[in-house]
This record gives sequence, structure tokens and C-alpha cells, in this order.
Amino acid sequence: MSLLELHSVTKRYGAETLALNSITFSVQSGEFVAIIGPSGAGKSTLLRCINRLIDVSEGDILFNGVSVPKLRGKELRHHRTQIGMIFQHYNLVNRLSVLENVLHGRLGYKNTLQGILGLYSEQEKREAVRILETLGLYEQMYKRCDQLSGGQKQRVGIARALVQQPKMLLCDEPIASLDPSSAKVIMDTLREINRTMGITVLVNLHQVDVALHYAERIIGINRGQVIYDGPPHALSNAQIYQIYGSEAGELILDLKERYAA
Amino acid sequence: MQPDTFFRRRRLQSLLFFVVILSVTYGSIVLTQFDVVRGLLAVPQAFAWAVVNFIPDERAWSRLPNILSKLQETVLVAIASSTIAAVLGLGLALFGANTTRPHPWFSLPARAIASVFRNIDVSVWALILLFSFGQSGFTGFFALFFVTLGFITRVMIETIDEVGVEPIEALRATGASYGAIISQSVIPSCLPQLISWLLYMIETNIRSATLVGILTGTGIGFLFDLYFKNFNYGSASLVVLVTVAAVLLIETVSNAIRRIIL
Repeated sequence: MSLLELHSVTKRYGAETLALNSITFSVQSGEFVAIIGPSGAGKSTLLRCINRLIDVSEGDILFNGVSVPKLRGKELRHHRTQIGMIFQHYNLVNRLSVLENVLHGRLGYKNTLQGILGLYSEQEKREAVRILETLGLYEQMYKRCDQLSGGQKQRVGIARALVQQPKMLLCDEPIASLDPSSAKVIMDTLREINRTMGITVLVNLHQVDVALHYAERIIGINRGQVIYDGPPHALSNAQIYQIYGSEAGELILDLKERYAA
Repeated sequence: MQPDTFFRRRRLQSLLFFVVILSVTYGSIVLTQFDVVRGLLAVPQAFAWAVVNFIPDERAWSRLPNILSKLQETVLVAIASSTIAAVLGLGLALFGANTTRPHPWFSLPARAIASVFRNIDVSVWALILLFSFGQSGFTGFFALFFVTLGFITRVMIETIDEVGVEPIEALRATGASYGAIISQSVIPSCLPQLISWLLYMIETNIRSATLVGILTGTGIGFLFDLYFKNFNYGSASLVVLVTVAAVLLIETVSNAIRRIIL
């Protein structure tokens, strides 16, 4: 059984805008999948439909055998605890410490009162510290998040997702705001998490070279439709043109050749 | 259009504006039969009179304990009304802000309530509330409370929306409940702003409370009114001095707090 299955998922905004147009694919447990496509292709919408930050208009999403679109209340919250999310702009609470931000990953497991008061168990705190240690943020633990660099903030974001003990990570343009060396650290970390912890990773990227380098599987999206779904080496030039449009396609192909060389 | 003509027209406009202002002023003076010369000549006299009459005398100083206890009452009413209004205002702002409202329908009523309470002046609120509560401490309390509630709600809606949707989205994605998102993400982000605005409102309300007290017959305002109308200028002046000292003190304290939290 696949971990994640999408069946003809469609998302409409208003009457005219079709953000996702009948998207179907499935992801096996432990896969590292990159979703590529131009801005506005529907990549972010797609990820947000999977953890229901956005409601789908039509179609079905099965996660671990459970149908996602109809989930409500407690069941929806339980569904979200199983999926960690990483954002382009890190989405941390800047005034709080690194450790507090990481512990936010546990809030999905709390009842209302525990959540409001922010009561975490001894074990949860130790686990948060351990994860920070493995991500090289032990020294930064008590610092406020607005004192960190972009790369460090994104690692805090990853720590917050990992402390959820998720089955899958959704990464929405995780390196779009980072310099190349920080970006490499983040992508290496994601691959490491995928390989050693067996967590499925679904990552939105607009850097095709990065996607080809890291992913085992590429899903190309344009105008809300899946154009390509397969391994990186089978992605043809014609298909890149189709995903990105002709002019951008040329630039990307140039990069691809240089990367190959 | 030539530059010449442009500047001539500009000069003409200025002249016209000046003439209008002058004639409105002159018209008002004539209508109210205000004697400008005598008015201006009276200023030094007024100062001399103030210096002689407003120096607190023996009798005034003997009333100091009474004045201080009334001042305390006024300051406490100002602090209590501001603090309670700040807490409720934050709650209302959560309903009104685009990023935290539980449903889009909550937003407009919350903003409307804030707008109505804020735009009616504190003295007008006091007059309205006089009907319900009469000349009691409640009138003053509620007048200050309503204005502060409106103000705090308004500024906190802006603060919450400025903090942005990103951390809220991240916490939703972890499966956190609405209450947890508010208390763990939204409130820590805007608490310093809330405290800063609360301190500002306490300062403002101590000043307003003095004036409202004259209307409602309570607190330090009442005492001033009483002494003044009994021609007991020395005591009235002591009331003013003590109030000014209290306001300055509170302002110093709140500035110090603000420096620490921001």
C-alpha cells in the first residue's frame, strides 16, 4: 500500500481559477520526491492540500489508507501530526527561543489546555534537545530566533517538523531564500533524514539542477497538471520545455548540461 | 503656461488664502465682541493673580492626605479600567484580525465595536453613562474602559495582522488547536506591543480620569471642582500640582518598563 495516494485532485479558486487540475499520483513510503514547475504552477497548493491547510475541491487523497478531504476536528489534527512541514520563510515565532519553536512541533499531540499553557513533558524536551544537537544547533538552543541566520532558521524549521515524529515531510521551497552553501546544508539534511530515518520527503523546488541531484523521482507540474512523473535521468529536454515554457527551458537545459559535465 | 504666469497665480492663491483667514478671524472677533487689546493686556495680570492665589497655603497642605487618597482612587480607576480593557481588547482583536479570526463573519462586528467605542470621546461617554450610573465611580470607570477597549482593539488588530500568517500556518500544520496557536504563537509575538499600548493608555487615562472626575463628582477631579468653586484656590492648586507630579511619575515608570520589554 502506498503511503500517499492522490486521485484526480482538483482545486478551484472561485469559478475561473483552476489551481490544480485532476492530479493523480502515489508516493511509496521512504521515497524522496521533488515537485518542479514554474511559479504559480500549483506546487504550494498541492502540498497544502495534502495536510489540508487548503481544502480540495474535488478528488480524493489517501494518507496511510485514510481519506483526507473529509477529515474534521480531532481527526484532522491527528492527520497533521503525522506530516511535518517546512516553509520557504521558515515560519518561526521570532520572539521565542529556538527550543520553544522546536517544541511547537508537539502541539498537535496536546489537548486544548496543555496546548494553551504550552505544557511539554520531560521526554519531549529531551527529544527536542537531541534533535537540535543532531542538526548542529545545540549552542543556539536558548537564543531568540530573530538572532539566527537563514540557514539556521531553516534547520530550526526542520527540527520542529522532526519532533512531530512524522511519517512524511512536506517542504515548500525550503532553499528559495538561502545562499548556495546554506541551501546545500539543508538539502543534504533532508536527504540524510530520508535515508537514515526512512521519512518520506516531498519537496517543492524551482531549482531543476537541485531536484535532479537529490531526488529519486521528479514530478513536473505546469498549470495545475502533472506533465512528468518519473526518475530524474528519464526527464527529457522536451519535457523540461513543456514544464517551464521554451525560454526558461533553454536556461535550465544549459544548467543541466553543466551539472552533468 | 509660462513660468511667470505660474508663479503669479501661485502668489495670488496665497494672498487669497491669507485674506480669507484674516476675515474669518476678524468676523469672529466682532461677533463675539472680544476686545483683543484688553485681552492681551490682561495676560500679565492673570499671571500675577495666579502666582498670588495658586500658591498652596497652610490650609491646603493640611488637606494633603485627603487629596492623596482621592488621587490614589483616580489613578487606580485609570489603571483598572485600562488593564481590563486591554485584556478584553486583545480578545476582540483576535476576532477582528484577518489572520486569527475564527470565521470571516467575526471580523466586521469586532472592528465596528472598536470603531464606535474609540470614536466617541471619553467626556461624551461620561455624559452618556451619567444617565445609567449617576455620579459614581462606575461612570468614570466605564467611560475610560470603553474608550480604551476601542483603542486597544484597533491597534492590536493591526499588530496581529503585521505579525503575519506564517507562524500561524506553521502551527496549524503541526496539528495544533486554535487555542494553542493563539497562546503559543500570536500572543508571544504581540505581547510587547500590547504592554506598550497599555502603558500609554494608563498615562492617557490618568489625565482623562481627572477631567471625567469633574463631570461625575468622583476622585481628584471632584476635589478640584469643590475647592475651586469654594474660592479655595490654594487647595485647588495643590490638587493640580499633585496630579502633575503623579502623571510625570507614571510616565517615567512606564518609559522604563517599555525600554526593558522592547
